[in-house]
Amino acid sequence: MATTTLTKAPRGYDPAAATPFLEQLDRVKGGLPGGGLSWLDGLRDQGGARFAELGLPTVKNESWRYTNLRALDKLAFQPAADAGEAVRFDVLPTVRADGTTGPRLVFVDGRFRAELSSTAGLPTGVELLNLADVLARNPDLVAGHLGRIAAPDDQPLVALNTAFLADGPVLHVPRGVTVDETIELVFVSVGSEAQPTAFHPRGLIVAEADSRAVIVEHHVGLGSCTTLSNGVTEVFVGAGASVHHYKVQREHTESFHLSHTAAKVAGKGIYDNFILTIGAKLSRNEVNSVLDGEEGDTHVSGAYMVRGGQHVDTTTFIDHAKPCCTSREVYKGVIDDQARAVFQGKIIVRPDAQKTDGYQQNRALLLSDTAEIDAKPELEIYADDVKCSHGATVGELDDDQLFYLRARGIDKDTARGLLIGAFLSEALEEIAEESVRDAFQSYVANWQNAR
Amino acid sequence: MAATTETVEQVRAVTEQKYKYGFTTDIESDVAPKGLNEDTVRFISAKKEEPEWLLEWRLKAFRVWQEMEEPRHWAKLSYPPIDYQDAHYYAAPKMKDRPKSLDEVDPELLKTYEKLGIPLREQEILAGVEGAEGKSPAIAVDAVFDSVSVATTFKAKLEEMGIIFCSISEAVHKCPELVQKYLGSVVPYTDNFYATLNCAVFTDGSFVYIPKGVRCPMELSTYFRINQANTGQFERTLIIADEGSYVSYLEGCTAPQRDENQLHAAVVELVALDDAQIKYSTVQNWYPGNAEGVGGIYNFVTKRGACRGRNSKISWTQVETGSAITWKYPSCILQGDNSVGEFYSVAITNNFQQADTGTKMIHIGKNTRSTIVSKGISAGRAQQTYRGLVKILPKAEGARNHTQCDSLLIGDQCGAHTVPYIENRNRTARVEHEATTAKISEDQLFYCRQRGLSEEDAVSLIVNGFCKEVLKELPMEFAVEAQKLVGISLEGSVG
Repeated sequence: MATTTLTKAPRGYDPAAATPFLEQLDRVKGGLPGGGLSWLDGLRDQGGARFAELGLPTVKNESWRYTNLRALDKLAFQPAADAGEAVRFDVLPTVRADGTTGPRLVFVDGRFRAELSSTAGLPTGVELLNLADVLARNPDLVAGHLGRIAAPDDQPLVALNTAFLADGPVLHVPRGVTVDETIELVFVSVGSEAQPTAFHPRGLIVAEADSRAVIVEHHVGLGSCTTLSNGVTEVFVGAGASVHHYKVQREHTESFHLSHTAAKVAGKGIYDNFILTIGAKLSRNEVNSVLDGEEGDTHVSGAYMVRGGQHVDTTTFIDHAKPCCTSREVYKGVIDDQARAVFQGKIIVRPDAQKTDGYQQNRALLLSDTAEIDAKPELEIYADDVKCSHGATVGELDDDQLFYLRARGIDKDTARGLLIGAFLSEALEEIAEESVRDAFQSYVANWQNAR
Repeated sequence: MAATTETVEQVRAVTEQKYKYGFTTDIESDVAPKGLNEDTVRFISAKKEEPEWLLEWRLKAFRVWQEMEEPRHWAKLSYPPIDYQDAHYYAAPKMKDRPKSLDEVDPELLKTYEKLGIPLREQEILAGVEGAEGKSPAIAVDAVFDSVSVATTFKAKLEEMGIIFCSISEAVHKCPELVQKYLGSVVPYTDNFYATLNCAVFTDGSFVYIPKGVRCPMELSTYFRINQANTGQFERTLIIADEGSYVSYLEGCTAPQRDENQLHAAVVELVALDDAQIKYSTVQNWYPGNAEGVGGIYNFVTKRGACRGRNSKISWTQVETGSAITWKYPSCILQGDNSVGEFYSVAITNNFQQADTGTKMIHIGKNTRSTIVSKGISAGRAQQTYRGLVKILPKAEGARNHTQCDSLLIGDQCGAHTVPYIENRNRTARVEHEATTAKISEDQLFYCRQRGLSEEDAVSLIVNGFCKEVLKELPMEFAVEAQKLVGISLEGSVG
């Protein structure tokens, strides 16, 4: 039922914007890990060719109507020079309250830092590796998965990432294995004083049937150099498996953070995603979850807090491809100063996906006269025996609630803080893992204290 | 929840009955040659004996239109390319002068109104018989047959109150200053592909002006009929409610059953000044095509109202059952402080019908309020989309919007889609978009359950009551059509 045909330069793209990236690609191409593997060369070429055709999306592109990437055009991003071995870290972010280090991978400007990483505490058979290493030594581990669900076709940024595909986290959990320890993936943006730096981390998570894993991604920045992180993560959830995938993005406000997560959930599998966005000048989190087997379940939720001139975009796509699946989305956001938030959530129910239960809620609080929220919750339904709903509300703090608190002797600022905290807590409740929820709660509190 | 059998039956009764208005009238017509160019525009303008400024305006629009791209990329509609050269842009039944008595009226025209089910009394009036007007009018009618208005009733009575109700061609001569001031002021000639085409080639439509402080004593109505084959209908309606006035306006439309698609691209502009109120109701029943999806009207309509004055109000109510393709977004620009916009819609699509419809509420003034209630029912292989925009601009302090969209699918071959856009740039504004039946009526549900009703009974009671609430927005004259829809339970609805 497509009403548009894809031509060479489709509407809503700026092919000219591809040029600087393609020039860099020519320079680094020869040195990319796994070069010479025909499937991998093919995949990168496909990404490069598609990106050359499309370039960056413009606001005329329906999916990008509220997020303008023109700022990227002006910055001549260069690939990260080296993994910044000189950069030392006193402390790396963690959700572990006891100060110990569990299994974790650390990436600086998209490059793996082995000496900061650890696989301690992982059950036997579980692989937690970096992609560059895998491509060099054991490419068969990822050959059947890379590029399978995050295809470059009509996603220019996925195409860009695929063209530069080099490093990132790889997690493989064999059938029936439960990973008790929370796996932490730490991404640090450092950049360079000399020029804006771009990197394209590529992640892969494969959870075989009946396995279970909890993953937390930390995205932080060091210093104040301009960086662009254009990440893509593919998540394969096997039958009956469950993957809890949490992410917190606290980069500094000179960074651009674009991220695309694509999950495919087999029968009775669970994919649970939560993203807390606090940082970056401009960020976009795109989460696509395909329910590809009966009785699958996906939760895609998040919270965002932005101020100053920040721009945050949350774009989700839940695809009910098979019957009897459930999906749940809860997003809450607080927007202050001149910040702008975008929420686009689409749920599609395919013709055979009877007994679908889909729920989506998006609520936003505007705290200033110059803040802006644009929301587009979208339903596309082709099956008749389904229960789908969405709700969206936008407004300011409730005067009655403020009055109630103030009548009990609480000053205005404290009262506002309490109400904002309570508002965001509702979204954080969606996080099933207690340690993660507590850590995320403290990031929210820090943000509020900085007000 | 799936739709109940009862609901399925009721919808079938509404949508699968033979299209009653599918006959053609065999009448001699004055038809412009096929094709579209500047000469077509000049031809239409000359036929209407229009002043120079209007012709210039049409030509400006036509030149803009030639540069425009047909909007095919965003609406969820699929149809073959339209050949804009393969149609007549003007067709009018041949009439020497306005008929003085029934005998002078073309009997075919009389038969048409009879068949359309307009009561005899109204029928005489419709055929333009002078002197038949008079007894306790409930409704004044402007009848547009292909490209011309054939008659307008109760003009004299309305004129006594200062109300101008006539065809737009007549208004151009009668009150050019009003037409020139307001025509294109809500939908400019550069607005969009179909509206711009309409500006260039519009043929007829209704014009209404309600003077200061006047409450129009009867419903005003326009009945649009496409008869001639291979013609497009491009009507233009302009309604102006001056300070403190009130008018309720109804629009009805039907067309013969033909295998080829016919184009209908109308523009409706409403202007409400301080404290004025306009209520605009439509029962859109253009020929929808047959069960195999052959034929039917392509309905590309731009309807927009401007609440220019303080405390003004514009309310759109639509029942959409016809057309092969519907592309229609009746909107409100809420400029005046405290102004109110409303959109109530029930849309039913069946077989191969496609509808992409909704509304835009643009909040500009302080304390502006808008309500959107949309109920969509999709059956057969139909595709239906609600597409709406609620936009709150920075100065719209205290603006409020509440949106409710429900859709129901009957069968597994059809689709129902919801695409609401919410853009808020004022923190004191509150925007709510709701889509769950249980959610909106939690208090009512609790109330019913407390009184011993089961949850299902309670939901059914509330939803039915709610649907009636929407349909009762329709004036009495549309009650017949509306009643067929009442009782359709939406308990299996999806957001």
